Amino acid sequence: MAFTFAAFCYMLSLVLCAALIFFAIWHIIAFDELRTDFKSPIDQCNPVHARERLRNIERICFLLRKLVLPEYSIHSLFCIMFLCAQEWLTLGLNVPLLFYHFWRYFHCPADSSELAYDPPAVMNADTLSYCQKEAWCKLAFYLLSFFYYLYCTCDVCVFEPV
Amino acid sequence: MSAPAESPHPAASARIPPKLGGAAASGAAAPAGPGPAPHQQNGPAQNQMHVPSGYGLHPQNYIAPSGHYPQGPGKMTSLPLDSQCGDYYSGLYIVPTQNVVTPNTANQQPGAQQMYGRGPPAPHIVGSTPGPFQGAASSASHLHTSASQPYSPFVNHYSSPAMYSANSSVASQGFPSTCGHYAMSTVSNAAYPSVSYPSLPAGDPYGQQMFTSQNAPTVRPVRDNSFSGHSTAISHSSPLPPPPSHQYHQQQSLSGCSTLSWSASGLPSTQDNLLRNHSGSLATANSNPTNTVADSLSCPVMQNVQPLKSSPVVSSVLSGASSTRTPPAANRPVEPVASVTQPSELLQQKGVDSSSTTSSASPVPNSYDALEGGSYRDMLSSSASSPAPDPAPEPDPAPASAPTAPQPSKMAKPFGYGYPTLQPGYQNATAPLNSGVPPSSPVYSGFQQYAQYPGMNQLSSSLGGLSLQSSPQPESLRPVNLTQERNILPMTPVWAPVPNLNLDLKKLNCSPDSFRCTLTNIPQTQALLNKAKLPLGLLLHPFRDLTQLPVITSNTIVRCRSCRTYINPFVSFIDQRRWKCNLCYRVNDVPEEFMYNPLTRSYGEPHKRPEVQNSTVEFIASSDYMLRPPQPAVYLFVLDVSHNAVEAGYLTILCQSLLENLDKLPGDSRTRIGFMTFDSTIHFYNLQEGLSQPQMLIVSDIDDVFLPTPDSLLVNLYESKELIKDLLNALPNMFTNTRETHSALGPALQAAFKLMSPTGGRVSVFQTQLPSLGAGLLQSREDPNQRSSTKVVQHLGPATDFYKKLALDCSGQQTAVDLFLLSSQYSDLASLACMSKYSAGCIYYYPSFHYTHNPSQAEKLQKDLKRYLTRKIGFEAVMRIRCTKGLSMHTFHGNFFVRSTDLLSLANINPDAGFAVQLSIEENLTDTSLVCFQTALLYTSSKGERRIRVHTLCLPVVSSLADVYAGVDVQAAICLLANMAVDRSISSSLSDARDALVNAVVDSLSAYGSTVSNLQHSALIAPSSLKLFPLYVLALLKQKAFRTGTSTRLDDRVYAMCQIKCQPLVHLMKMIHPNLYRIDRLTDEGAIHVNDRVVPQPPLQKLSAEKLTREGAFLMDCGSVFYIWIGKSCDNNFIEDVLGYPNFASIPQKMTHLPELDTLSSERARSFITWLRDNRPLSPILHVVKDESPAKTEFFQHLIEDRTEAAFSYYEFLLHIQQQICK
Repeated sequence: MAFTFAAFCYMLSLVLCAALIFFAIWHIIAFDELRTDFKSPIDQCNPVHARERLRNIERICFLLRKLVLPEYSIHSLFCIMFLCAQEWLTLGLNVPLLFYHFWRYFHCPADSSELAYDPPAVMNADTLSYCQKEAWCKLAFYLLSFFYYLYCTCDVCVFEPV
Repeated sequence: MSAPAESPHPAASARIPPKLGGAAASGAAAPAGPGPAPHQQNGPAQNQMHVPSGYGLHPQNYIAPSGHYPQGPGKMTSLPLDSQCGDYYSGLYIVPTQNVVTPNTANQQPGAQQMYGRGPPAPHIVGSTPGPFQGAASSASHLHTSASQPYSPFVNHYSSPAMYSANSSVASQGFPSTCGHYAMSTVSNAAYPSVSYPSLPAGDPYGQQMFTSQNAPTVRPVRDNSFSGHSTAISHSSPLPPPPSHQYHQQQSLSGCSTLSWSASGLPSTQDNLLRNHSGSLATANSNPTNTVADSLSCPVMQNVQPLKSSPVVSSVLSGASSTRTPPAANRPVEPVASVTQPSELLQQKGVDSSSTTSSASPVPNSYDALEGGSYRDMLSSSASSPAPDPAPEPDPAPASAPTAPQPSKMAKPFGYGYPTLQPGYQNATAPLNSGVPPSSPVYSGFQQYAQYPGMNQLSSSLGGLSLQSSPQPESLRPVNLTQERNILPMTPVWAPVPNLNLDLKKLNCSPDSFRCTLTNIPQTQALLNKAKLPLGLLLHPFRDLTQLPVITSNTIVRCRSCRTYINPFVSFIDQRRWKCNLCYRVNDVPEEFMYNPLTRSYGEPHKRPEVQNSTVEFIASSDYMLRPPQPAVYLFVLDVSHNAVEAGYLTILCQSLLENLDKLPGDSRTRIGFMTFDSTIHFYNLQEGLSQPQMLIVSDIDDVFLPTPDSLLVNLYESKELIKDLLNALPNMFTNTRETHSALGPALQAAFKLMSPTGGRVSVFQTQLPSLGAGLLQSREDPNQRSSTKVVQHLGPATDFYKKLALDCSGQQTAVDLFLLSSQYSDLASLACMSKYSAGCIYYYPSFHYTHNPSQAEKLQKDLKRYLTRKIGFEAVMRIRCTKGLSMHTFHGNFFVRSTDLLSLANINPDAGFAVQLSIEENLTDTSLVCFQTALLYTSSKGERRIRVHTLCLPVVSSLADVYAGVDVQAAICLLANMAVDRSISSSLSDARDALVNAVVDSLSAYGSTVSNLQHSALIAPSSLKLFPLYVLALLKQKAFRTGTSTRLDDRVYAMCQIKCQPLVHLMKMIHPNLYRIDRLTDEGAIHVNDRVVPQPPLQKLSAEKLTREGAFLMDCGSVFYIWIGKSCDNNFIEDVLGYPNFASIPQKMTHLPELDTLSSERARSFITWLRDNRPLSPILHVVKDESPAKTEFFQHLIEDRTEAAFSYYEFLLHIQQQICK
């Protein structure tokens, strides 16, 4: 009796988890890009460069913002699936991150339609390093969960209880 | 005075020598300790000294003197100790002085020591000098110089202020000669002490300046000596004894080597001194101190100086030696007040500075000067706080002793660790000194004298490093029981603490007006910083108006190859061909061009170049720094002409101001100007040359704005001047009958952006209501019922990101948007302000503006516009802040866009913009004793030149918590906290921010109580350096930006927050904690002279109604507003003489000017107010408030120590904090 709903959940989350890992990697690269300005110091003072750089920052922030909702919704989907599949342990492991995502999403400054990643704010060294750390942590979490899901898939599908 | 002084000399001298020796010994011993050694290793500055090969000679000389000294010390060593000194002195003298004062006195003593040191060489002179001095009272300085015959040539240099000014720009042309001067000056200085007193009363600024300069030279030698000593012993501390010898050497030999060493450290400082002298009374004070302690003591000026640094710590150590100083005390006697405080170190520094300045020939007095000298800093700061722009040195002489006394206390805090102990002794000593001043000088022989000096310096420096160890408790660490100290507020303005560096570095250091750090002693590790619970950050005022600024034109701007740091005074030269970066420690080559010193026209002296002599310099950038031609000055005015705007009538005022200042707009022949107006449509004005009259082009498609004739809307100011004038004359009446009530601000801004994109420049937006059409329209978000809510304050953030995006676009095109909001009702400043915040613009807000109904606002607009239109401006600027490896910056505050993590993009920079940066310590700083911060501001001047302004600040690193507390700059800390609180209010909530502020006090005080202070926890104890912290935080909590429970309009609150974010520290402090003076009894006691005016200096009153008496009249200086409160039973004479009305009842309700009456009290009041007004970016408006008028609530809300319905009184607040701590 191999293919239960739980097994389906794990297989689906395996695929989606791979997507989340890519998101996290993309975040890390994006923040690194924001942090470093490779142009020579003299070139940095060049107004033309200033414009390019600014556009670059805005573009990255725009993309970052676009990725927020998909990431959060994919992760929420996990939680709902595991809830339905009654995989309590897996759910328990994911709930903290779920709450964190909720907090991030709703704890934005009042009156602002923006989510996070507001160009002037994100360029703050403090915010930037926070975001970068967050991205690394998430990457680690998603990687671990990827292997955990892999294990669980096998566990549910292959080693079925007699 | 002179006669008594002379007689005492002999006696005093006899005593002094031993003491001095003792001091020297103690100093030497202290340095020997662990503290000093580490410093040297890391400290870049130290290296400089060593570098010169010629120095070797000096050390030898030194050695001999040092030998002598030790002997002295052996006997005297015990003296330095606080207890001994105190007892000894106290027994002898009845010096009642208070704790606060003590620091000052300590300072004075040091100064005295210096004096003595100098004195020895020129004992004869001393005798002669007094005479001249007395005569000189008015023109004293010259006389003095003449008195010291040998020196006279030198004196001349110094004496003539004109000379200085001439020198100003170039920095160090005359170095070689300077050395000679110095030596000379030293002699003169010696003379001074005795003489100085008499002169003081006269208070000639010039004379004082002269003195200072002379003194300064002497001082320098001292430093040099100390340095050489260092080089020999490798440890800073060691220098103490040797320095004396150095001085001699320098003076005697004046050899190139010695000069070199000097020049490095000294030149900048000298300039500063000069500047200071010129600029303000404070400055003068500094200079005076340098000259002779006695002078300072006697002169009020000196008092001013005190704050400086009081190099206190060192001096305290010296205090053992200080006993010798007692003679200086004699000086004091003349002047009752302890103001003398200036520490010997300070004096020395000052002296050095001045000397260097002279040599450099940059008389540029102003702020700059202050920057350079450590001691000056205080001065500077003071100047900053009080409009001290004026160069007149004279002020000092006049100064009343009373004011000085308070100052010292403040000043002392930061610096002098040792001082506290010394102080008591000093004070006592001073009393006796009255007679004794002269003696000290006679006693010492030239060498000994020098030795004393160095000792002082060394001690101070060593103390800085060692901190508390040698001296039990620095003044800044003196525990203060907050709940029992009734008068916590000093009588005089609070100065910036001076970092505890050695003298050379101190004098070279950046002025606190431009660059301040919340902790003048940087903790070694982040853990230590966390323990202290204090914010670490920098406060910058990088584009401040400076009267003197070394401008350097050079093909190659020398920078570190790896971190791109500009060469600065704190780098170390490994040899003549290589220098070591003080930020990343990379060893760089000295380029060939840099070997030649244009000032001295000598070769092979890279450490004498102005770049290495000044911590604030400006480079004219080569073509490498621009990839396109520098942009011209371009100004665009975007004016609201809806019904509301026309009704308010601002157009008349604006057009009038523009007409008046059209020729004064900064710019060159390429300057361009344009105008746009808008209501529900957008109107452009074609001003192309050749038209017979301005042509108005109306664009009504606000959804897709386009430029009707892109080429002729921004026109050359000079080619189209007539058309522009026609337009400005016509504008106010063009829309008088408009019925258009809508305002399409968003589309107008988009059009302005398109117009400015090709060039960049400045857009000035005048808006009078909520934008109601097109993109960026806003809705009213304020609920009037919530204005006095104590819970939630909403809508502090922007309602739309339209303005933010627009600002970013503008910033990318090097365009800044300045907003003038003149509205009578809610206009959502929180959203509108974004257009300026992120484009590096500035924000002006005039609530309930109406040109006839609210004349005071109209007047304010007029004055602000004048300043706004004519002030300096820099275009397409970027600012980068670098700091020593291990420190990192995060979170910037101000108006700008952060382009990469340490690069701020500033489309425009103006002299009234301040910035703040928070710092964290990422790597331990254990292998360095100094850290440096460098701000480089690259901008295009209005003349189309690409320039780089560089400020460098150097601070010591400490490893003990006590030292961290000792070095707190409470004003800087409070300003940084205010900035952080604004961020917190917007990102979280106002109540969070308020809690965070209270927690900042609770945490830091409880951390102090549990770690440093050994006292019982039953009382609320704060170190003296932090004693004003709770008061300032309470003031912040009652500030418009953060208060709750009192009705505050949302726009007012947001504006206050904007102000906090972008005002420089000096102005911000006035806003947070206004100054209150009683002005119905102004006297000339302690007055200062500024530009031939006598400016009375009434003491500060605490902000409490208990200080208000019905019989009095009080002036409150809130930065942007002045209130004069007239009590009900105020003396009719005052009302008649100053206000021009016969009695209280006849004073009108709205009075905004003081009449120019020909009475003494009127003259005093007006000169005081004018002095306060000088150098403010926002010209304050004056309100005369009668005791019974409704306007008095405005006045009373600033009395922050009193209880209000919604807020604690100061005492309650303290109890609240105590409760929190005990939890």
